[in-house]
Amino acid sequence: MRYAMAVDTLKCVGCSDCVVACQTENDVPIGHCRDWIVEKTTGTYPELQLEIRSERCNHCANAPCVRTCPTEASHYAEGGIVLVEESECIGCKACITSCPYDARFIHPEGYVDKCTFCIHRVEKGQNPACVSVCPTHAMIFGDLDDLNSDISRAMATRKWKSLIPEAGTDPKVFYLI
Amino acid sequence: MSTNMNRRDFIKVAGMGAGSLAFATPLFDFSKGEILAPDTVPGMYAKRTPTYCEICFWKCAGWVHTNDEGKIWKVTGHEDDPHSNGRLCPRGTGGVGMYNDEDRLKTPLIRTEVGGIQTFREASWDEAFTYIADGLKKIAKEHGPECTALFSHGSGGKYFGDLLKAYGSSNIAAPSYAQCRGPREVGFIATYGEGVESPERVDIRDTRCLVLIGSHFGENMHNGPVQEIAQATSKGASIITVDPRFSTVASKSKFWLPIKPATDMALLLAWMHVIINENLYDKEYIEKYAYGFEDLKAHVAQMTPEWAYGITTIKPETIRETAREMANASPRVIVHPGRHVTWYGDDTQRLRAVAMLNALLGSWGRRGGYYYPEKVNFKKYPHPAFPKPARTWKDAYPGKFKLAGLALASGICDATVPTTERDCSFKGWIVNGTNLIHTLPDQANTLKAIQALDLLVVIDTMPMEITGYADVILPECTYLERYDNIRVSKHREPTIALRMPAAPPKYNTKPAWWMAKGLANKMGLGHFFPWENIEEKLDWELKQVGTSLEEMQRIGVKKYKREYDDLYPMQDLEDFEFNTNTGKIELYSTAMQDEGYDPLPKYKAHEEPPEGYYRLIYGRAPMHTFSRTANNPNLTDLMDENSVWVNPKIAKEWDLKNDQYLWLENQDGVVSKTPIKVRVTERIRFDSVYMVHGFGHTNKKLTRAYGRGASDADLITRVHIDPVMGGTGMRGNFVTFRFEAGKEVSS
Repeated sequence: MRYAMAVDTLKCVGCSDCVVACQTENDVPIGHCRDWIVEKTTGTYPELQLEIRSERCNHCANAPCVRTCPTEASHYAEGGIVLVEESECIGCKACITSCPYDARFIHPEGYVDKCTFCIHRVEKGQNPACVSVCPTHAMIFGDLDDLNSDISRAMATRKWKSLIPEAGTDPKVFYLI
Repeated sequence: MSTNMNRRDFIKVAGMGAGSLAFATPLFDFSKGEILAPDTVPGMYAKRTPTYCEICFWKCAGWVHTNDEGKIWKVTGHEDDPHSNGRLCPRGTGGVGMYNDEDRLKTPLIRTEVGGIQTFREASWDEAFTYIADGLKKIAKEHGPECTALFSHGSGGKYFGDLLKAYGSSNIAAPSYAQCRGPREVGFIATYGEGVESPERVDIRDTRCLVLIGSHFGENMHNGPVQEIAQATSKGASIITVDPRFSTVASKSKFWLPIKPATDMALLLAWMHVIINENLYDKEYIEKYAYGFEDLKAHVAQMTPEWAYGITTIKPETIRETAREMANASPRVIVHPGRHVTWYGDDTQRLRAVAMLNALLGSWGRRGGYYYPEKVNFKKYPHPAFPKPARTWKDAYPGKFKLAGLALASGICDATVPTTERDCSFKGWIVNGTNLIHTLPDQANTLKAIQALDLLVVIDTMPMEITGYADVILPECTYLERYDNIRVSKHREPTIALRMPAAPPKYNTKPAWWMAKGLANKMGLGHFFPWENIEEKLDWELKQVGTSLEEMQRIGVKKYKREYDDLYPMQDLEDFEFNTNTGKIELYSTAMQDEGYDPLPKYKAHEEPPEGYYRLIYGRAPMHTFSRTANNPNLTDLMDENSVWVNPKIAKEWDLKNDQYLWLENQDGVVSKTPIKVRVTERIRFDSVYMVHGFGHTNKKLTRAYGRGASDADLITRVHIDPVMGGTGMRGNFVTFRFEAGKEVSS
């Protein structure tokens, strides 16, 4: 089992529904977010391109945060989902420094927080909250080991990229382009 | 009454009522709603109750999830609802922020004067109702009840509308008409005998080519069309976007036409020229259904792409190529009519051109074009006939706006400013859920009208700027805490949806139905609200359509089968009688001709910005609805201020840097009340600037929104009135940059 997410940049309109859905689903405090929108404009008027991405923790298979965590609070859970065990986190921020994607923040209660792929939903066969609300169906979540899963098929048929591949983290969030 | 006060001072609505206790009322039964199995958070047992969203007017049906302590947790879309298809937009998902906002209005307030200073005092509901009833009776006695108007933009307005009609006035206006979609309805009615309506009857799901003129879906998050655009493009549909700004949807388009603003009419006429002259139009369809084709052909004969190029800056080959793209997809093509179309004052004519172009492409009444929606025949709870008003707002405008189908909010506002030409100006306003200070153009004029009122009642959930001018403020509970009328949708399939309270109203707030009924009782009009409580009313109405309140509390949305098999009545060139004078699709409009307007739309050059000024273009952000969401904690967290988009060439000329704050000054010397942040971006034309509408709040009691960003409404002082229906064209304003505040410091 290898959980992954693909974000279709051709469909994403950057509306931030994923951000607010994550906030309400997971009770993320106002002022913080586990996922966010990036818009990148290239070119000169009127020859322009715009790429919009919904970003979050990449749930890397070779995760620097897990390696650097002194207490093993950051760990791999089922299907490769990277989680933080709040009770073991000492808030030292080593993981925040080591993450190339800036995906982590200190929760007001003192521990490090970030995207969990909504593991509490996934365990029940539901999609993560962000995926379940997306008005344009721009996000696909699933198991890369299942060749018939929507995500495996999208990855097989579409052009895709991942972010900062040179960091060698083996990210599990992909962008269909 | 304010008659003992010389002028109506703006009062910053204080956090009064903060001490009031939240109270549960026996009118609500919270045992209803569906109890679910343990939901997604471990240890949390959730209940869900149905609602339909009130954050914008797409009114998506959804579920409100509460935890076992009765705390509202999240709102999700209703899977059976054609407006949401189970998915809400960010505003709907963030609707819970409206409920949690601690800046909400908390208790009724009445204007009073203490030591020469006007202020609000807390009042009981009974006191507030007595004050309003006395005021309305006085206006009725001295001027006639029709000198009172209702401005409404929200579900609760229906109850106040009934109250107003019972009282004897039919002057009920929504800014969504004359400030928004009115010209579109009139333009389409003149062509097809019926309007586009809301939700728009566009079959985007099955289209092959979608043409958007100024519409910026994706930033404008009307849920249905955004979802269907993604669906259609996945199936290979192309998009043609006409916009001086590289909008989100422009970036997803096969063709982006970066048009010179205010020249869209020339493009539309040139497109019709190409489609006719290259024989690309749907000949059978036009022959069968259309009236005036030869007139149109002659009318556009000289309107070549080369002619339009000089006006629009769009290259002739691009005009031809896009016309062919549409024709190739015909009839599965939609030249989208847009929604906020009050731009330049000739908007009805521009929307006529849009309607006519669709007719040439044979898309009206066809799959992938425009469908014929249907709704359930829904009977309202019976009440005595309303009295017939002696006058209406139209009497203030003899011989003008003859094709206006609904009351003009701006027209009523203008007719409130006393003149010698009218024997009765408006004396009373009831304002529900619309912040007229930001909604109507020309703020100075709105404030002048407000000063002339004997009574201003504002019903809202938030201390919006308009509340500061009220004599009485009635705090409405949010949509998550109340029942409203049943949502009766006109769509591909008829549906109805229930909104019910998911939690008791916070503070001393109340639903609109309760207020309107209470006021009616106070005014001796209680017999117009003959039901005991809202449950009785809704249950009776629901039973007439084969369901009940009990069933709707469980299912939320009910779908009905269409009664008529006419989703696409012109699909195979079936006989059809249009509701126009000729019974045909009127390319040549006899209705316009009869009323003295151009029967065929003409291009008219609009004023251009003077040197050093830029056309002010405004629009939407996906996480906000007008100015009403600007204080919502969840949505403010996503975007808490707007910025002014400036092309890098212009930024260089003015030495502007990203994120620097400045003020905008318009051609009339009006300076924005608040500063705005600069966004230097290639995505906007050099002759225009762009900003998102709804920011620049000046009421300190909106703690998150106060002073954040600037208001475009401040700067819209030149209003180009549509002579056909009174729409207020608002895109004829030009701004320049200022590096210090204006004299008018924010209040």
